[in-house]
Amino acid sequence: MDRRSTIKSVLLGGLSGGLLIAGCTPEEKAKTKVLQPGMVEGPYGRTDKEKARDARLAEETFFTEHELATIAVLCDLILPATATAPSATGAEVDDFISFIVKDIPRHQLPMRGGLMWLDHRAVSNHERVFSDCTVDQQKKLLDEIAYPDDTNPELQPGIQFFNRMRNLVLTGYYTTKAGIDDLGYVGNTPNVWDGVPQEVLDKHGLAYDKEWLAKCVDQEKRDVIAEWDEDGNLIS
Amino acid sequence: MQIKKSSKVYDVIIVGSGAGGGMATKILSEAGLQIAVVEAGPYYDPADPEQRTQLKWPWESPRRGASSTRPFGDFDACYGGWEIEGEPYTHTPGTKFDWWRAHMLGGRTNHWGRISLRFGPIDFKHKTYDGLGDDWPISYDDVKPYYDRVDKLIGVHGSKEGLYNEPDGFFLPAPKPRLHELYFIKGSKKAGVPVIPGRLSILTKRINKDRGVCFYCGQCYRGCSVHADFSAGTCLVFPAQKNGGKIDLFVNCMVREVQTDTEGKATGVSYINKDDRQEYSLKGKVVVLAASACSSARILLNSKSPRHPHGLGNSSGLIGKYLHDSTGTSRSAFIPALMDRDLYNEDGTGGMHIYTPWWLDNKKLDFPRGYHMEMWGGIDMPSYGFGFNPNSLNEFIGEKVGGYGDRLRKDVRKYYGAVVGISGRGECIAREDNYCELDPEVVDEYGIPVLRFNYTWSDHELKQSKHMHETFEEIFHAMDGKILGGKPGANEDYGLAAPGRIIHEVGTTRMGNNPKTSVTNPIEQLHDAPNVFVVDGGPFVSQADKNPTWTILALSWRTSDYIVDQLKKKAI
Repeated sequence: MDRRSTIKSVLLGGLSGGLLIAGCTPEEKAKTKVLQPGMVEGPYGRTDKEKARDARLAEETFFTEHELATIAVLCDLILPATATAPSATGAEVDDFISFIVKDIPRHQLPMRGGLMWLDHRAVSNHERVFSDCTVDQQKKLLDEIAYPDDTNPELQPGIQFFNRMRNLVLTGYYTTKAGIDDLGYVGNTPNVWDGVPQEVLDKHGLAYDKEWLAKCVDQEKRDVIAEWDEDGNLIS
Repeated sequence: MQIKKSSKVYDVIIVGSGAGGGMATKILSEAGLQIAVVEAGPYYDPADPEQRTQLKWPWESPRRGASSTRPFGDFDACYGGWEIEGEPYTHTPGTKFDWWRAHMLGGRTNHWGRISLRFGPIDFKHKTYDGLGDDWPISYDDVKPYYDRVDKLIGVHGSKEGLYNEPDGFFLPAPKPRLHELYFIKGSKKAGVPVIPGRLSILTKRINKDRGVCFYCGQCYRGCSVHADFSAGTCLVFPAQKNGGKIDLFVNCMVREVQTDTEGKATGVSYINKDDRQEYSLKGKVVVLAASACSSARILLNSKSPRHPHGLGNSSGLIGKYLHDSTGTSRSAFIPALMDRDLYNEDGTGGMHIYTPWWLDNKKLDFPRGYHMEMWGGIDMPSYGFGFNPNSLNEFIGEKVGGYGDRLRKDVRKYYGAVVGISGRGECIAREDNYCELDPEVVDEYGIPVLRFNYTWSDHELKQSKHMHETFEEIFHAMDGKILGGKPGANEDYGLAAPGRIIHEVGTTRMGNNPKTSVTNPIEQLHDAPNVFVVDGGPFVSQADKNPTWTILALSWRTSDYIVDQLKKKAI
């Protein structure tokens, strides 16, 4: 079984082992190109030096299996699935996190230390590591460290860790297609910008000043080659 | 190691292919001259699918656009950076200067902000007005005909405003303001700060048959695959090549020095080919340096000979001196009225659709020279960093910060587009004791002595930055905004970015009529060597509260016309 299936079986409490074996037959493995977790198919405008760096990062491994399993659990507590959007692991945010700590090494120590701090806290409170706790127990632990305004000195390292973990999960999520769709961003496509929609202007009690509008582009004429009179007035 | 010499004698060798070099390439090749363009970085075309980053989604980068490899983000169209492996630079202890190198065809014009502001009449004669620095030996009237040509050739959108020191040009029409910009217009008016349409070299209307029209993806910094914004490679060099220009383009070639004969006249350049690490030389009748202000100064300083013992053109001892960069500082604010925004495609152009030109009278202030302001905000495409501290703004609406689960989705959506910001960009007074020089001991990986910088801000700049923050606060208050972060104090240089960070450094080969107090003459020609010209930001005497690019383009065109004329007359 591949790593993702292992994690899924952990999340499902090991019940679906049989179901998850599908997709891992030798024939199917041979068909699919093996992309390291977090890597992209490209191209994305890399120089040779940048391609070499990406290749080096692909060879590295930072997190252990246990750390990755814990990260996956945290991912889906931070962003569970909704009726219309996948959970964080559904959007492969755990893969993103395993990549980004290689790409930005200053995340490594705080993440590793934070994960172990969390496991230690879990063992102290519930006699088992975080990923083995029940969901209720996991949430109790998160309730201790999810609020930066809490001043309890004992919890500060956990709060720092969880800030970082939550940040990475959110950024890893909202930079995927599923995340951007869930957010509702509709840009990044050629279009003709012709101002804020009227209903939005009305909602905000704003309007375009007539004088200002007169200086703006008439989109009907945008393909007409610009010509000016000698005083710099546009005449086309 | 032998220097491999080429026997061809070029009419002009141009070093650097950015704004100045690109313009020289176009004008000189159109006159039928034989040109060599020597560019330190690789070939680049934003339309090449192997190099293109425009219209990529964040997930097309494994780091989702983070700045771990490219300082301005993974999709930024600039090869180079603050630190380049094998090409260090040093500082005099106690001073700081961060030096940006853009090594690629088109240079910095690939990822710049496209803000295109003419200098005004006052900007050429500041000493006459406030007694500081020096006047340029030329005036706005000398440059105006070239600004006009650059406007028509390259295209800049804007509006006629009739402001004396913000001269109007031949503008393409302005793009309509976005929602956060309408808030700025309203708030600035209330605060008594003028706001006018932005002036950027982005084609909101067609200017010729070859270049496309902007399609509002908001990604100018990624380079434009339809050439609807200005970069020197796509808009100057490629057309020059296509129109039958006799141009030999040398990429990945780092010029070491300008070679001279026993009379001190330039005969060509030597360069290192980065691919084979061999040294070569090219012969030329004229050498035009456009490697960027400090790089051109470095080349000249490294071009020593018996006739030019302190470097080519350095009889005044002023090469590298009077280095100055724009002042810059920013602040942001949360605008509660922008919470839970409606979402629609509001990418717009890759720059601000509005801006504030300098509007006050320095005689009533405690600092000289002005600054313009750029506003930002909006509902941009997420990239690495989006979602960080998703609900830290909860403190402003009385809700708890932090948490996990479904509420985070609501928080992200709530605050999306609700933070806006202002950046000030101002004029620094040029001083002889701000400079770059050759480091006596350190060489780069090509054996070329590197630059050592010596730069400090003066009280003038610190007070100007302090004033910028006071203005930001007035505007934000007028917008009913909640200002984020405190006002930076003296121990933080009042928020001033480190010197060099605004990447507008100029002045290292300043122009003047007197060879004792200047390096270049009013036509950007070295006093000491009539067949050597500098067409980047080096010759600037002062920089204005405006970005240098449009002026670099105008002056390079003007100088190139002169070179054509002189070569025709066989005067150089």
